[in-house]
Amino acid sequence: MTLLVAGAALVGLGVAVALGARARSRTPNDRRIRIEQHVTINRSPEELYRVWRNLEGLPQIMRHLESVSELTEGRSRWTAKAPLGQSVSWEAEITQDLPGQIIAWRSLAGADVKNAGSVSFTALPGARGTDLKVVLAYEPPAGKVGAALAKLFGEEPEMQLREDLRRFKQRMETGEVATTEGQPSGRA
Amino acid sequence: MKALCWYGRGDVRVERVPDPELLNPRDAIVKVTRTAICGSDLHLYDAYIPTMRKGDILGHEFMGEVVEVGSGVDNLAVGDRVVVPFPIACGGCYFCQNDLWSLCDNSNPNARLAEALFGHAPAGIFGYSHLMGGYAGGQAEYVRVPFADVGPFKVPESVSDDQVLFLTDIFPTGYQAAEVAGISGGETVAVWGCGPVGQFAIRSALMLGAERVIAIDRVPERLEMAKQGGAEVINYEEVSSRDALTALTGGRGPDVCIEAVGMEAHGMGAAGVYDRLKQELKVETGRPHALREAILACRKGGVVSVAGVFGGFIDKLPMGAAFNKGLTFKMGQTHVHRYLKPLLARIEEGAIDPSFVITHRLALDDAPAGYKMFRDKHDGCVKVVLQP
Ligand SMILES: [Zn+2]
Ligand SMILES: [Zn+2]
Repeated sequence: MTLLVAGAALVGLGVAVALGARARSRTPNDRRIRIEQHVTINRSPEELYRVWRNLEGLPQIMRHLESVSELTEGRSRWTAKAPLGQSVSWEAEITQDLPGQIIAWRSLAGADVKNAGSVSFTALPGARGTDLKVVLAYEPPAGKVGAALAKLFGEEPEMQLREDLRRFKQRMETGEVATTEGQPSGRA
Repeated sequence: MKALCWYGRGDVRVERVPDPELLNPRDAIVKVTRTAICGSDLHLYDAYIPTMRKGDILGHEFMGEVVEVGSGVDNLAVGDRVVVPFPIACGGCYFCQNDLWSLCDNSNPNARLAEALFGHAPAGIFGYSHLMGGYAGGQAEYVRVPFADVGPFKVPESVSDDQVLFLTDIFPTGYQAAEVAGISGGETVAVWGCGPVGQFAIRSALMLGAERVIAIDRVPERLEMAKQGGAEVINYEEVSSRDALTALTGGRGPDVCIEAVGMEAHGMGAAGVYDRLKQELKVETGRPHALREAILACRKGGVVSVAGVFGGFIDKLPMGAAFNKGLTFKMGQTHVHRYLKPLLARIEEGAIDPSFVITHRLALDDAPAGYKMFRDKHDGCVKVVLQP
């Protein structure tokens, strides 16, 4: 086999560069957080759309979600994990729904946390799969709840979303998620 | 079970560890009948590869008998005798479907780390650091094989373990280096490095139709093995390899230069000392002496094919020479899955018997001694095979 690599310091450097390139735009008076991630998936836009349009299945994709239940047409109730075993919830409505292209949603008045998101599906040229793009925006309230919510996505919300999408891609392309958890080692 | 575990620089031990279990539906468990120590395992042994953890099980060259299959594997059965490619590939991503198996999108659970370093993550690899997925390796009695419906390759009873074991890595690796260089007949090929991969590159180049192969190394028994494989040889400790190559090619230079040395190239002279120092300081992570030499020696418009081991940064690469001579570079981890069938056919028809490279056979229990002997090139050691 032919290999690789550098010193551990380089790994650290690479991570810093990768994160720095995507700094979120925030001003002191603007607590809105907007994150965007792309992943290329070797499936058609229509197939991916169908999976996402089943909103109740989203917690399987996005780990910070506890549950989504569809209410009446276009409305849904979302519950997300918060630190210390707490949870936050809100009602949302679908604002745009173009089969095979895009699903967008936003929270309704009275939400613990004002938020909006969209997922869009674009076929890449030359049969190279689908560009799946997720945009999430949320505005944590001030105070205690806000602090808890800041932690909702962990320290690196983009990294979390990226890992969510990576697992989703793996499930769509391979039917499972690559893992080494539970394998043997010489660590006592 | 017993497994060879890594604990630090120069410290590998055979330990009792739990048996592996199926973790995903597409997994299988293989009882290892043969496994080998690879030159790239020495980079782990010498602690040049980051993201190793104490207790990691090594080994990416192994074969054996299927003893358990997951519910998602329908093409393997208990009792099948298989060789297992060192890169782990899913079969469903763009790269797998385009025959670029070592670039699989989905097999590295730690892809985030690799993306940070390389921009994108290549496939996971057995027993080769957490950067490459953190998978337990096959220098053990049993090993868990993910995507077992894609990787493991059934081999017929008519060929022995020793003949097919190297389909897991070094035979396809040497072959790919020659094939991607476009060797099709009549070429003069130079091969830097007569370790196991270099030996297979020499024989593969000739199988593909090269007219001459010139092999460069400094270890007498390796040069002798190259000669037996059909190469003319240059011992770079006795003569200047540049001068010798010039003389042997009428000043024109080889059409194809295969670099089968990689990040541990032993350079002579000032440049060698410079690289060694930088590598020790972890500023430069490869010692690209052989690569530099290949670039300078290659004929105008020729191909430099890199089979050796690179990962981090190297410097003083003569880019000006490469550009102005219009060279083509080919490189990369081996797409082992691509070569299993055609190379098994070569073995079956008697065009090559890969077991020529084996110089030592040890029990798994003696693996630590095997690593030391291989690293120090003691006792004419070229390739160590372990039998659990
Ligand atoms: Zn190897
Ligand atoms: Zn793949």
